[in-house]
Amino acid sequence: MQLRDPAHHVSPRAIIFWTVRAVPGWLLVLVGQLLWFLVSRDYAALRFAALGATVLVAATHLIVMPQWRYRVHRWEVTGDAVYTQSGWLSQERRIAPISRVQTVDIERGPLEQLFGLANVTVTTASAAGPLRIHGLDRATAEGLVAELTEATSRSEGDAT
Amino acid sequence: MSVTSAQRDESWRRLSPRMLLVHPVRELARAIPALLGLVVAGRSVGDGGLWWLGPLGVISVIALSMLRWATTRYRITPEQVQLRTGLLQRKTVATPADRVRSVDVTASPLHRLLGLAKVDIGTGSHESASGLSLDSLPAAEAAALRAELLHRAPVGPGAEPAEPGAGVVAAADDDTELARLDPRWVRFAPFTMSGVLGAAAILGVGWNLLDRLALTPTDVGPVRVVLEHLERTEIWLDILQGLVALAVLVTILAIGGYVLSYWGFRLTRHAQGTLHVTRGLLTTRATSIEERRLRGVELAEPLLLRAVHAARLSGITTGLKSKGGADGGSSLLLPPAPREVARHLAAQILRDSAPVDILLTGHGPAARRRRFVRALLPALILVGFAGMAISVGAPLWFGAAAVATIPVAAMLAADRYRSLGHALAGTCLVIRQGSLDRRRDVLECDGIIGWNLRESFFQRRAGLATLTATTAAGRQQYAVTDVPLPLAVSLGNRALPGLLGEFLTPTPGV
Repeated sequence: MQLRDPAHHVSPRAIIFWTVRAVPGWLLVLVGQLLWFLVSRDYAALRFAALGATVLVAATHLIVMPQWRYRVHRWEVTGDAVYTQSGWLSQERRIAPISRVQTVDIERGPLEQLFGLANVTVTTASAAGPLRIHGLDRATAEGLVAELTEATSRSEGDAT
Repeated sequence: MSVTSAQRDESWRRLSPRMLLVHPVRELARAIPALLGLVVAGRSVGDGGLWWLGPLGVISVIALSMLRWATTRYRITPEQVQLRTGLLQRKTVATPADRVRSVDVTASPLHRLLGLAKVDIGTGSHESASGLSLDSLPAAEAAALRAELLHRAPVGPGAEPAEPGAGVVAAADDDTELARLDPRWVRFAPFTMSGVLGAAAILGVGWNLLDRLALTPTDVGPVRVVLEHLERTEIWLDILQGLVALAVLVTILAIGGYVLSYWGFRLTRHAQGTLHVTRGLLTTRATSIEERRLRGVELAEPLLLRAVHAARLSGITTGLKSKGGADGGSSLLLPPAPREVARHLAAQILRDSAPVDILLTGHGPAARRRRFVRALLPALILVGFAGMAISVGAPLWFGAAAVATIPVAAMLAADRYRSLGHALAGTCLVIRQGSLDRRRDVLECDGIIGWNLRESFFQRRAGLATLTATTAAGRQQYAVTDVPLPLAVSLGNRALPGLLGEFLTPTPGV
């Protein structure tokens, strides 16, 4: 037996969001290297090589990472369980029974609001077990939260 | 709820008035640096005209600590334990009685002198702010409170009211003794890390003190004598003498620590379903754990303890952190003791010997490779650096030392692989891993509240995954490291039948 992927992709807009979010970090590295060009003229070959490598790695990262993430990031909620999958180089799948869910949060950063995206965090009684679904479109996220809140209020016990 | 707890005095009560003696002493000790500052300031400013600053400080500290006693009240109702503190900013902490997981009664020497004890009430939440601490009650009242909190029937929604008398403090003959300290166990003390940590702390504090007093260590008589002696002898003799001295210091501290923490250790099981640990030489400590909050046990066999066939046992409990301080924390179930005693006790606590005895499934050649790569890579990098250092003129023994780490790393990797294993025994998930800090975790499947299945880039290439069981108890997560992916999925499925079921598909090509 093997574990299949969760059924639903996140919003395709998340691809652009992840790309945009990764740009500032690389810009910082590039600006640092350009400043190095301004202040000294030694080791010219080394500096050009470093600059070239940075541009190459940055471009690869910015093109590959969001696509890869989009393929990996998936989620599914059934009557009994919440199932998420995230990551790209390192991947993680998390499963929690609905009966053990304690809180359901929705959260939207400034950049995410610009793209109409939202994150949903589902926590259990374990400090190690929050399930996060990144990059959902807003309407889906709100529907999901409503559905989960309703499902968890039906289950009894203190979820430990 | 029971008749007795309903009849209990439910008015707001004060902590013991004898705390008026404890609090000021403790607060004064804590305020010494500030008070010293005040005295110095009073003397030097305005020709000593402000001499009253120091006494004023002392008086206000005493007054404030008395005020704390006067403004602190607690109340125990059938539903809640409430603690109200503060003068200007009043704060009430309320803990639902049915959420009480553990009750810890501690008494420092000062408390014991006055017949007092401090009661810490733990709740299941992992937020540190929850739970409350009553400092302090008369010892007898503390013991009665503990018994009442733990032995009352659950008051949760849907729970039937228990029959009258369920909350009565049960007679002591309901206790069965599961374990008791054998003084010979003290021999295991030098094989724990507590002595090493103690020695480091003492040396650190001593050095700091000398530094504060603006003394150089060589000015101190005994130190100078020792250093002069060392200068006259060979360097290898110096090292040997230093090691012997350190070993003696560590051993003495370890034995002292063991006796202080664990003297009089006794573990009993109460008929109404609580485990009860009492221990301590000067500061006594009594911890009660409800068995229905106990989700399993951790059998710890660090390398040194393993070498002398010893082990330590602690509980996996909601509301108690498994990782305690140097003395084992409040989840401790057995101090370092012979391994057979620990295994037997674990079986008794779990009421099942299978999780302790069962042969574990190993994680296979890919996991072994990963252990070796992860241990040898840093060693090889070290050798590389040593090589570079030698090429720019570092002494040759640099290289020898770096090369010597390789066999150590290899042995560590082999032992780490040997430890790695898992099994399902009865209703429990059993996980073992680690070398320097080897642990066999036995976690009841009922206590598992989710799975995290993690595959790093290199794990995916090796076909491995780390399956983590999340739980509300103990460390909050218990990981089965580097297990082949199909085995991880089937283990998760067997441990919690039904949860993974709807997400499983047949393996293609099988």
